[in-house]
Amino acid sequence: MWSRRRGHLRPTVCGVETSGLEPRDLGSALRKARREQQLVSKRLLREDAPEEAGEGCVAAILGEAEVQQFLRQAQRGTEEKEREGALVSLRRGLQHPETQQTFIQLEGSMRTLVGLLTSNQALLQLEAARCLHELSHSEQSTIAEACLPATSYLLTYLSGHSSDFIELCLYTLGNLIVESEAVRRQLLPQGIVPALAACIQSPHVAVLEALGYALSQLLQAKEAPEKIIPSILASTLPQHMLQMLQPGPKLNPGVAVEFAWCLHYIICSQVSNPLLIGHGALSTLGLLLLDLAGAVQRTEDAGLELLACPVLRCLSNLLTEAAVETVGGQMQLRDERVVAALFILLQFFFQKQPSLLPEGLWLLNNLTANSPSFCTSLLSLDLIEPLLQLLPVSNVVSVMVLTVLCNVAEKGPAYCQRLWPGPLLPTLLHTLAFSDTEVVGQSLELLHLLFLYQPEAVQVFLQQSGLQALERHQEEAQLQDRVYALRQTALQG
Amino acid sequence: MQLPPALCARLAAGPGVAEPLPVERDPAAGAAPFRFVARPVRFPREHEFFEDGDVQRHLYLQDVLMQVADAPEKPRVPAFACQVAGCCQVFDALDDYEHHYHTLHGNVCSFCKRAFPSGHLLDAHILEWHDSLFQILSERQDMYQCLVEGCTEKFKTSRDRKDHLVRIHLYPVDFRFDKPKKNRSPASAEVPGDSGERSEGEAMEICSEPVAASPAPAGERRTYSHRSVSKLFLKHVLNVCSVLRILGCTLGRCASHTEFRKVTLGKKIGFRFCRRRKSRCFRSCE
Repeated sequence: MWSRRRGHLRPTVCGVETSGLEPRDLGSALRKARREQQLVSKRLLREDAPEEAGEGCVAAILGEAEVQQFLRQAQRGTEEKEREGALVSLRRGLQHPETQQTFIQLEGSMRTLVGLLTSNQALLQLEAARCLHELSHSEQSTIAEACLPATSYLLTYLSGHSSDFIELCLYTLGNLIVESEAVRRQLLPQGIVPALAACIQSPHVAVLEALGYALSQLLQAKEAPEKIIPSILASTLPQHMLQMLQPGPKLNPGVAVEFAWCLHYIICSQVSNPLLIGHGALSTLGLLLLDLAGAVQRTEDAGLELLACPVLRCLSNLLTEAAVETVGGQMQLRDERVVAALFILLQFFFQKQPSLLPEGLWLLNNLTANSPSFCTSLLSLDLIEPLLQLLPVSNVVSVMVLTVLCNVAEKGPAYCQRLWPGPLLPTLLHTLAFSDTEVVGQSLELLHLLFLYQPEAVQVFLQQSGLQALERHQEEAQLQDRVYALRQTALQG
Repeated sequence: MQLPPALCARLAAGPGVAEPLPVERDPAAGAAPFRFVARPVRFPREHEFFEDGDVQRHLYLQDVLMQVADAPEKPRVPAFACQVAGCCQVFDALDDYEHHYHTLHGNVCSFCKRAFPSGHLLDAHILEWHDSLFQILSERQDMYQCLVEGCTEKFKTSRDRKDHLVRIHLYPVDFRFDKPKKNRSPASAEVPGDSGERSEGEAMEICSEPVAASPAPAGERRTYSHRSVSKLFLKHVLNVCSVLRILGCTLGRCASHTEFRKVTLGKKIGFRFCRRRKSRCFRSCE
């Protein structure tokens, strides 16, 4: 029944003017919007049926008289087809913000629409819901708030059985939720959390994906950590979410993407992550990571990063929880294959989506920071050299690569011996030539550890003009103490 | 970025934990001016570290990243009428019929033919409108259950419950699935539309034509248990199912059938972001 809107850049993407923008500039505009917390994402389901296209041209903006006429026809028409047709015309007009404004300013319009939404004519009900869905896509919070009278019904219909209708209600709710705090303030007491907890047991994939979307919007609310996440965690939703993320034949990527993002919003809000760990989140996400790496190997295609990104974030943040350590002081996530999988994903990001490399390296840092076992894996699986190959990507990536290497080196001589000889020293001499202070600073830290645990490195360093490389930075305020100390070590050694 | 060839094999092999090399730290490692400490890092939600990934997510939701396939044609079938007794609707698309069925026949009270959007609301209606035992008990204790799923509050009267719905759950005062029971007319069983309004505000009814047969003869007050109501309801479903069998379709939950939606990407797809949506499975229902 539904297809997603055809892919093309809209003139504005949620308040961000995008017409005529190159993709790179679009990215900048969206990043800026995110920084200002203006990045509002919505889903629009719109049926582009052949007959509509055949009637030609874009739907026209409707004036007040026309809106009134269509509503009257829908409410009081004698023929069902005529009533349905009136709502279809109204719905098309509501694609325009001007028509949306006209609609909400018209007295009694929402009441009539809600009446049609709850009518005894199923197809009228569906068209009324589609009109509401168009309204939900508005970027004006006043329009979202005008839809408040409908929310109790949208929630009620979530316990129905018509999967297409439920899907539509969920996307509409998701759009309204993200647009207006007033809507969220009403939906919570209206029982959205238990309604979602019941609906998540649906066997329909489209419903689950829509539910994940709506839930992800709810979880992104600024008041979510205090007002929403606790009741989500107290419900059965977390267990169901984790079930949707278990790898296997039943895993549906579209559904998994939504629930992975939901988990990310919960986890990074740090409300009660030990509870999620108790539900097996670490092992589920770890297995999913392995599955993703397997999928990457089997295919060239894009789209996997949409799921990989939130999974990496969830794992990374969960690893910072004290609950990760069991009684024996061992991490719950210990399987060496996680490191192998992560590198396969890093290679995939390197080729297809370099902007996600920092997120992958973040997980690598959190895996290796307190784990001699994972540091040993990096060495025994020969992953140091691939790691070094990432250095040229960007300064942020360089700092993270060097940090991971420091995680390995700081564990002592047994580890540094495995870093020597090899490409590490030449690489450090190269990164010391960078102008970025943070990159150089991290290089100095690593050099210090190498000199400490592998003194033979000092001689080679001096022979390869290491001192000159150091002296380049001796005036830099943030670096000079460390430069001086290393110089002393080198000269004394 | 070149990965060692053995890595893929390692991924394919079983789980394992590397035996860690011995850890031996020198206190000079962390001595000033050096300040490196190995530690896991956490980022809160609004951190700028997440910018790029969040923008990707946004573009995905806005469908800028993924192009859309042609909308699947609604499968058309020869026109057929709804088989539920008293229903006169005709359809030529199975999607439409499914929505109609679920909306109007899915949760129907077999006493008064009112349709409800969920089993939960139907159960409440049957108890409160058609169960004499409920009436008796409600004189002694709070029996009117809150209609919001998950809320366990009960009330003495439907009026009190409505107040609760409005005050606590912010429901509309005229919530359409909470019509108070009107004066009982002893001469007839409940009939549709007895609230007197003929508007879209009605609790849903199956058909605008009056329903001829009623299970309860006029004047007799029955106390059907919920179970016998369910049997009547089931009979409706089975009738419909047999019709649909002829059409070669299944209705309702068919757990063995996988739904998936088709989305084409800018490039060719492999991993299951390419999904095709079948709204029906054309296997006969066993």
